[in-house]
Order: sequence, then C-alpha cells, then structure tokens
Amino acid sequence: MGKIVAVTGNEACAYALKQINPDVCAAYPITPATDLMQRFSGYVSNGQVDTELVLVESEHSAMSACIGAAAAGGRVATATSSQGLALMWEMLYIAAGTRLPIVMPLVNRALSAPLNIHGDHSDGMGARDTGWIQIYSENAQEAYDNLVQSFRIAEHLEIRVPAMVCMDGFIVSHSIERVEYIDDADVKNFVGKFQAVHPLLDLEHPKSYGPLILTDLYHEYKRAQHEVMTKVPGVVLEVAAEFEKMTGRKYGLFEEYRLEDAEIAIVVMSSAAGTTKDIIDQYREKGVKVGLLKPRMFRPFPFTQIAEALKHVNAIAVLDRADSFGGYGPLFSEIAGAVMSMDHKPAMINKIFGLGGRDYLPEQAEQVINELIKISETGKVGAIKEYIGVRE
Amino acid sequence: MAKAIEIRWHGRGGQGTVTAAKVLADACLSGGGYVQAFPEYGPERAGAPIRAFNRISDNVIRMYGPVLHPKVVSIADATLIDAVNVTEGTLDDAIFLVNTSRDPKEVRAKLKVKDSQKVYTVDATKIAVDSFGRPLPNSSMLGAICKITEVVGMDVLLENVKKSFGKKFAQKIIDGNLNAAKRGYEEVREG
Repeated sequence: MGKIVAVTGNEACAYALKQINPDVCAAYPITPATDLMQRFSGYVSNGQVDTELVLVESEHSAMSACIGAAAAGGRVATATSSQGLALMWEMLYIAAGTRLPIVMPLVNRALSAPLNIHGDHSDGMGARDTGWIQIYSENAQEAYDNLVQSFRIAEHLEIRVPAMVCMDGFIVSHSIERVEYIDDADVKNFVGKFQAVHPLLDLEHPKSYGPLILTDLYHEYKRAQHEVMTKVPGVVLEVAAEFEKMTGRKYGLFEEYRLEDAEIAIVVMSSAAGTTKDIIDQYREKGVKVGLLKPRMFRPFPFTQIAEALKHVNAIAVLDRADSFGGYGPLFSEIAGAVMSMDHKPAMINKIFGLGGRDYLPEQAEQVINELIKISETGKVGAIKEYIGVRE
Repeated sequence: MAKAIEIRWHGRGGQGTVTAAKVLADACLSGGGYVQAFPEYGPERAGAPIRAFNRISDNVIRMYGPVLHPKVVSIADATLIDAVNVTEGTLDDAIFLVNTSRDPKEVRAKLKVKDSQKVYTVDATKIAVDSFGRPLPNSSMLGAICKITEVVGMDVLLENVKKSFGKKFAQKIIDGNLNAAKRGYEEVREG
C-alpha cells in the first residue's frame, strides 16, 4: 500500500508525473494548472526525474513541442487550462490525427470573455471533437488515478491516441484532500516501458509525419480515427481492471451511484457529482428513488453502455458545467443521443450550473431532484434547458 | 451524509489563516481521518478579509463548495467581527474561537451568539509575538482549536506544526510555533 497524504489535485497530478517520469514535457503556465507544472518543474530541477522540460513561449508551442517529441519517439506530457487549451486548438487535432499518445492533465477553467480564472468545463468541451480521449475526475484521488491509467490507455498499441485527464479548476486543483499514493515501483511497473511506434529518431527507418492527404483518402483517414475510438472503451476497462487489482480502486467508463433501482436520475460530471451523492443519500432516506450517473470517459462517449444503465429511469436531469449558446449543454446532447436508442424514452431536462466557478450548492441539487420528482409524477416537462444557481 | 466537522476560518490576507487550515488538515489526516482544506480564491491582498474551510470526517468526504453551516468558526482577527458576518449559517451548537485579548464574556455579547453556541477566546497574537516575535496567530489558534474541538490529539498537531514550518523556517521559528501552539492549547478561555 502506498502512502496517504493531504494534497491538492495539482500536487497529486504533479506527483503522478514524477512517478511516471516522462521523457519530454513542454509546458507554459496558466492558472489554475500553473501549480501542477511548477511542482513538476521542481522535480526536474531537483533531479528527481530525467524529463527534458521544454519551457516554451505559448501553449500552441507547448503542444507543438509535445507533438515533435512524441513523433520523435518519446513519452510526452504537458498540462494546461482554459485559454491555454484554446490556444492549442489546431495542435490538438494534429496530435490526435497523427496518433501521438501525449497525456495532458487539463485543469478545467472557464473561457474568456469576460476573463475568469475559475472552474467550469468550457475548455474541455471545446476540445471534445479534437480526437483526444477525455477522462473527467471527481476529486484529487481520481485525478491522480486517472492520470496514472491514462498513460497506459493512450499508449496502448491498439489505439495510440492522446488523452486529457480533467479535474475541476480550484475546486479540486487547489483543495487539499486525502489522497492515497501508489508506491513508485508499482506505478513504474503499471505504466511500463514506453514503446515507440514509428519514431522519427529511428534513423535506420526514415519516415515522414504530417503528409498532405486530399480528397482521395482524407475521408477514409477520418473514419479510421473514429474506428480507433471505438476500441478505446475496451482499453479503458482493461486498464481499469488491472488498476483495481493493484490498488483496490474501481473505475469504469462511468460511475453509477444508487442507480440500480432509481426512478429518477441526475447525470453530472466531476466534483459536482460528489456533492450530488450526499444529497441523493438524503433523499434516499426519505424514500425517494433517485440515483446518479457520472460519466468518467467523455470521449469517446459510451452511448450504449450509458443507455443500458439509464434504461429503467423515468426522468433524467443532465447537469452541464459548460454551455453551448443557442444549443443544449454538451453533456445533455450526448445523453440525449444515448437515450435515442431506448424503447422507453425518459423525460429529460438540462441544467446549466457552476459557470466560472459559481458554487454548486446542496440546494441546487435539491431543487433539481424536486423537479425530477414532479416530472416523474406528472409526466410533464417545463423548460428543457435552464440555468440553476443563477442570480436574478 | 457522512458526519463531518466543518470549520470556517476568518482571517486577513497574510496572517497565515490558509496555512492554519492546511496544517489542521495534515494533522487530522495523520490522525486517520478524511480531510479537506481550501480557501476562497479571489484577488488576494494582504489585510483583506479571507475565508478558508476545513471538512474533517471519519468517512470519505464528497461534498465540495464552501462550508455553509460550520460547527466551528475560527476568527483569527477580532476586527473581522465588525467587518463580516461571522455567525452566518452556524449550527445551533457551533463553537466560536476568537483571537483577542478581551474578556470571553464581552466577546460573547459582541458576537450575539445563541445560548446553545459556545464562545472561546485566546490571545493568539500576543502568544505569537512572545513565542517567535511575529504577529502570526495561526499556531496558537490551532492549539486552541485542538483543545476545544478535540478533532485531533495535541501530539499529532505538534508534529504537523513542526513538519509544516520545518520546510521553510529555522529551528528557532519552528520551536516558537510549537510553543505558541502549546500555549494556545493551555490559555484558551470560555466565555
């Protein structure tokens, strides 16, 4: 068993990176991810890792350097938030399209304007179509565990796809909480030796990256990228099973909490799921059959598995910590997509919450459950999309 | 919901209040519990009112967000009583700890707490100045918290004060803080 510590989410992720000891890390600071890389750069300066830390002039350059290093044949990581991720945008597609297994903690933060440094999922959701695997974490323990697992997932020889490991900015990145670290040797053993695939530095076998592919094959190339994504859930579950053997901590594509016999359900990701679980317990004590589904893997989205898990509920509230202006929240759209295949379609509502770090309070969860109870009883849905915790 | 003790700290930027919440979390963790410690993040400026929070529980803590109904309110600067609503949302059996040289009964009257709520005072700033020459009340506040809440044993707290200050400070400062914590524990008074 590893040691138990009181650390922030950033600290835990920096520690995971130290234990994994990537070959190259290119990074540019941005709140609230700054502290993660700052701590990691401390490990580099103190000689506790062999990583070549490349300090670049922007996040666009950070991802570019990561792409170069990964194509060269190294195990590569970086971290960012918000505007930093937004600035990486074109390079994110290149990393995924080139199938480079870069791993990146994403400390979720709102996007400008107006300028805001606090947590929401706007950044991650903006990158959902880039071809990266996205894994969301509820707390610092999950962020640490997911980061360790993500190297195995991204580098799996059947997929080779970059992965983002997300945690809520400040709420998790800057809160101190109990985390159980895995022993260094176990992490090293679990992650294994990096296997380079078509490395540029293999000079005996010259190759080229980033070719021009026009109308003849681009369409097929993109379909192939989708095909690869369909293999990711299997890999994620395989890695999770091994991780559970090592630590006793169980992970899936999503977490179900008191969902088995639930009549109504809340779907929400990351730290808000924790708060929601406490409120669900209170309603369960009163005899209300309410449960929770917390997606862990958002990309690829496990549509069929989620549909199966939700098939018996009458009403679902999907809580989005990001918005699509003029559309439904991104998580809602995915759940609606999952529900589409079901014979018995539940009523669905979408609540936008917690933008720019607005606190998600117990009373908001209560309000949502009360509304679900009413919908379940009457079968009537009012507004489908609403904002909660908003000052009027 | 898991039974948890929730603590709200009121202090001023630069006083070490956030550090106090961190040290308490560390101490409670080594005591075998689950912990959370987090400040409210805003434009931090020295002297501005700040709040920090602790959750301490025997069970996994899943709740995020500010502590709305604290069992313990620790006020590191008594002038904050006039500046912010320190009694907001407190439980009926809440415990207040105030850093002040004033009489606990007088402070009790000023706070206008319910009969069921308890008020304690400790002259934490004076203890700090006596112990290590600087007006940083966190160690003596922690000693007092330890005494009145019993969330963690004093020996465990002292170990963690030592560990926390040991990273950055000279032995003289560490010893001073240990002494301040001990005196906070001994000198806290009920009003």
